Amino acid sequence: MSAPAIAARQLWLGVYLPHFPLETLSRGGALPGPVVVVDDRRSRAHVVTASEAARIEGVQAGMALSSALTLIPSLQVLKRDEIGEGAALDGLAAWAGQFTSLVSLMVGQGLLLEVKGSVRLFRGIDSLLEQVRNGLQALGYTARMAIAPSPLGAWWLAQLNTQPRIVMILDRAALAKQLDPVPLELMALPKTAAAMAQGMGLKCFGDCCRLPRQGLARRLGTELVRLLDRALDRYPDPRIPYSPPPVFERCLPLPALVWDMEGLVFAARRLLLELVGFLQARAAGVLCLDITLMHGNAKYTGIALELSVATRDLHHLLDLLRMRLERVRLPGAVDAVRCTARHIVPLDAPPPGAALFRAIETPKERDYLLVERLRVRLGAGAVQGLCTVADHRPERAWRYAALEKPKPSFVSPLPRPLWLLEQPRMLKQMNERLQIGGALELTAGPERIESGWWDGEGVARDYFVARNPDGTRLWIFRERDHPQRWFLHGLFA
Amino acid sequence: MKQSIEALLRHSGVSPWAANARLADRHLPTGFPALDEKLPGGGWPMGAVTEILTGSQGIGELQLIIWALAQLSREGRWLVWVAPPHIPYAPALTGYGVDLSRVLVVQGRTDAEQRWAAEQALRSNACGAVLQWSSSMNTRALRRLQLAAEHGRAWAVVFLSPRAAHHASPAGLRLHLAPTREGLEVKVLKCQGQAWRGAVLIGGGDARP
Repeated sequence: MSAPAIAARQLWLGVYLPHFPLETLSRGGALPGPVVVVDDRRSRAHVVTASEAARIEGVQAGMALSSALTLIPSLQVLKRDEIGEGAALDGLAAWAGQFTSLVSLMVGQGLLLEVKGSVRLFRGIDSLLEQVRNGLQALGYTARMAIAPSPLGAWWLAQLNTQPRIVMILDRAALAKQLDPVPLELMALPKTAAAMAQGMGLKCFGDCCRLPRQGLARRLGTELVRLLDRALDRYPDPRIPYSPPPVFERCLPLPALVWDMEGLVFAARRLLLELVGFLQARAAGVLCLDITLMHGNAKYTGIALELSVATRDLHHLLDLLRMRLERVRLPGAVDAVRCTARHIVPLDAPPPGAALFRAIETPKERDYLLVERLRVRLGAGAVQGLCTVADHRPERAWRYAALEKPKPSFVSPLPRPLWLLEQPRMLKQMNERLQIGGALELTAGPERIESGWWDGEGVARDYFVARNPDGTRLWIFRERDHPQRWFLHGLFA
Repeated sequence: MKQSIEALLRHSGVSPWAANARLADRHLPTGFPALDEKLPGGGWPMGAVTEILTGSQGIGELQLIIWALAQLSREGRWLVWVAPPHIPYAPALTGYGVDLSRVLVVQGRTDAEQRWAAEQALRSNACGAVLQWSSSMNTRALRRLQLAAEHGRAWAVVFLSPRAAHHASPAGLRLHLAPTREGLEVKVLKCQGQAWRGAVLIGGGDARP
């Protein structure tokens, strides 16, 4: 299994999203029928993207909405949301940060990823591409991809690619031949140059390359020659890396109103996948997460997931969310789901591809998985740890504790009962003998405990171990100020 | 030889990675040699339910199991106390060698929540022991606990009233406790894999194993 040697200095992965305007609106759920996204800012609304069901019926991008409706009267029409698209592409770029530190946005259409350095980290280019492809699919995006030594080459070839298969050009020498058929329209020339080139009968990239460079530069401008050189990796073509904001806040619109759990989990899963990629990119985990279900009219249902240890485990997060959703009563249908990571902390990175070994949780993870499951269902206060406190007063020698940090423990040299009563209980007396299920017999004591005068909750007691006829062993005390008053404080269980 | 080991691992459902693989079918010494002698495997059966029937609290019923609990906590496994009737007193627990950082006290508002919590804990593969107190637990609930304990290879301890002795039990072990002048009398009412029934007297009330 030897990986092909990569001669190029850089290797760019072009990720072209042909149905992006539609998918940003529809990937939150399932839309079975034919759908189009239209742009109605110009006088005549026209189709920007059509779903597969609509394309089969003959609807195409660029078609007037009225013509599309003639073809399919039942066509569902969504209005293009360019702001949403921008946010979605940012989210996708942040997610892609798990594969490389150099992600560049191709506004409205896709991403460019420089992946040369990541090949080894992901154990070969095939495995890397497989993860990118599966990841995009899980997020709900259709992608056309190509790899080439130059960003322009990768981008154009990705756009030309009509197959799910990834076009791979790992070698600069092969680039010219592959780029030959790239049509002029894809090359995005300045208007005048484009018109002039057309006038000269040039149709594709190869046509331009076959002309003498000097003449080409004189007639169409040096810009064009630079463009050819950049595409062929003969001239540097630096790209601005996208740097994601330090916070994660994404909103996913649902294409249809959702009432049911499975619909919500479906949408939340896509958001959480983005979050996991985002966290992976910055070797971080999330401690606190808000999932907000929007009901329209500014009404919403908030679900806060608090975790004991930071995580970026999708299954764990989904599991917790599912448990919470089971207990939430929704006031209305949900039209969008928002996900906000409120507390992100660094996390030791497991190697990429660790998903293969998911079955092996570390013992620590497994521990807190349990704690979180219990807390989600029973409430955070219902699951507690214990610790000792350096205080002589028995009721203050312990307390409930957070689970995260082990505390130092104190051991008393004198007998202490395993059960402590919530409140000391006053004992009955009969014939001057203490009674609990019969007369008590003192077997040890007194142990004098006198402490706490400084905080106004002082105690001055004499403790004894007592035994009743049943064989129950009790921890009892007498107040020094009222020697006739006896109390039960614990049981030697 | 190597092949056969691999085949065994594949078919036994035991993951060689899981740290708890060795806990399967394990018996944990009780800390009382007289009792260990009478129990099959020489101790408390892990991955099963142990029913402890007592008439009253405070007769040494926790001391009976505390040695094993301390052992499990030192192995880094949770000790889960589901809705204990009183406060498990931390200074006493440390006195018996229990690692407090492994103790979880879980409160449920209803019986159903408590049962759910106990089952989750048993199934989690992260617990050493799960303790529950109940006046009545029917056979079906006990069977669910038994399955969860098997699944998570944890020790389920249920404290019940002596009346429970009238019902059939799916538990691996059922004990009845009675205090006597000489110490705690532990009567074995049911013990899977062993026909012996009888009583063992263990240390004075305040004996530390």
